[in-house]
Amino acid sequence: MIFYGKKIPLFFSLLIWFILWELIGQAEYSIIIPPVSRVILAGFTILPTDKFAAAASISLRSFALGMALAIVIGLPLGILMARVENLGKVLGLWVNIFISAPISALVPILMSVIGIGESTVVVTVFLFAVFVIILDTQVGIKQADKSLVEMALSFGARRGQIYTKVLLLSALPEILAGLRLGAIRGVKGVVIGQLLIAILGVGELFEFYSRNFLMEEFWAVVIVVFLFAFAISEVISFFERRVEYYASAR
Amino acid sequence: MLVEPIVEMRNVAKTYDSGVEALREITLALPRGELSTFLGPSGCGKTTLLKIIAGLISPSDGEVWVKGNKVSGPGPERAFVFQDFALLPWASVLRNVAFGLELRGVPKDKREEIARKYITEVGLSSFESRYPHQLSGGMKQRVGLARALAIDADIVLMDEPFSSVDEQTRRKFQEELLDLLKINQKTVIFVTHSIEEAAYLSDQIVLLSQRPGSVSRIIRPNIERGASADEIRRDKGYLDAVDEIWKILRDYV
Repeated sequence: MIFYGKKIPLFFSLLIWFILWELIGQAEYSIIIPPVSRVILAGFTILPTDKFAAAASISLRSFALGMALAIVIGLPLGILMARVENLGKVLGLWVNIFISAPISALVPILMSVIGIGESTVVVTVFLFAVFVIILDTQVGIKQADKSLVEMALSFGARRGQIYTKVLLLSALPEILAGLRLGAIRGVKGVVIGQLLIAILGVGELFEFYSRNFLMEEFWAVVIVVFLFAFAISEVISFFERRVEYYASAR
Repeated sequence: MLVEPIVEMRNVAKTYDSGVEALREITLALPRGELSTFLGPSGCGKTTLLKIIAGLISPSDGEVWVKGNKVSGPGPERAFVFQDFALLPWASVLRNVAFGLELRGVPKDKREEIARKYITEVGLSSFESRYPHQLSGGMKQRVGLARALAIDADIVLMDEPFSSVDEQTRRKFQEELLDLLKINQKTVIFVTHSIEEAAYLSDQIVLLSQRPGSVSRIIRPNIERGASADEIRRDKGYLDAVDEIWKILRDYV
């Protein structure tokens, strides 16, 4: 961020918001906006509790399982859709519908089918994440340089080598972008799934705190979830930046 | 013909699925150890013909024989140099040059040793760890050439290798190419649309007609190869060949 010709770390943008938040909170306009300082304090009291640890671990597990499913299914499907033209056309329509569809609206239906439990949350995470992973993988593989494939073939590459040594590496920037967006949507999936079910993980915490107007604790959990999503996205971004040089050179 | 043919084409034809007839009735023998050029108007199917020899495109009719074996796909006795270089953007020069060997499962130490030798031969020894986007067009094509030489194929197929390279680099490159091929005793099949390039480099020039491409004439320029590059460009045999090609090609333009 450049401000009056001076470089300011992005961190300051957060700081300004926090100051504003603190002022509004101190002015006690509304019960739902407590001062940020008290939120942070609440955060430090909640974090070490068993209740939070239990909620976090069950949420993390749902997230990890849902994401793993989304990757295991999304990557191969995206590759197939890029390589088999008819499959790409038929499934592409559905992927595009689902990527913009309000998946949250499906969660109650999932509940009635799968039951009110962890598996519903896992499926929610999966549905939130999988479509963007499919789409980005498909685009990446499709855009892979045709002449690189031809080159590999001319040097005697076997079928598998075309994938491992050319196509996947060539599509890596798009695949990583898909994973990052998928992970961010996956975090949303955990929270929305658990909120709608309301008896599990951080969703239960949100439900409990907001019903009892424990806004400080409520916001503290919001910040923790946000930081988690941000951290995952940053980790994947780190790898994206490492491959960026060849994405731009293609 | 003085030398035995290493590549033979018998009645090769290619019609694409779209109905475009690219090549018709090509029957041709290319001698071992020589540099043969396919030259013709754009769209005459010369690249298609080269890729058929490479085994990258299958002919819709006819047969291609390389070293006495019928071609059904790419093979280790043929190496391809691409017009657009086709370098892996995520791999260093060293890995790119070693890529053909990597695909064959040659151990890392061994293949890098071989790659280094050819990187030196094409004059890029200080650029081993660079990446393709850090190289100029001419340097990229040197990498492409080193990669083709590294697998030690008998036949090097070159598809307009200098078309994306500026004129000065092109001339220097052509001279070096001739030296390199002499040292490595390769048979080269070269596609170009430059009459001067064809006349300068070739032992044998195959002139192709307009689409559908067929062999319209075979010219063997009478050039004293021992002479320097500048002498060759003033050589009577060279100038005659350029004239003769132009007279034929003019009708197609």
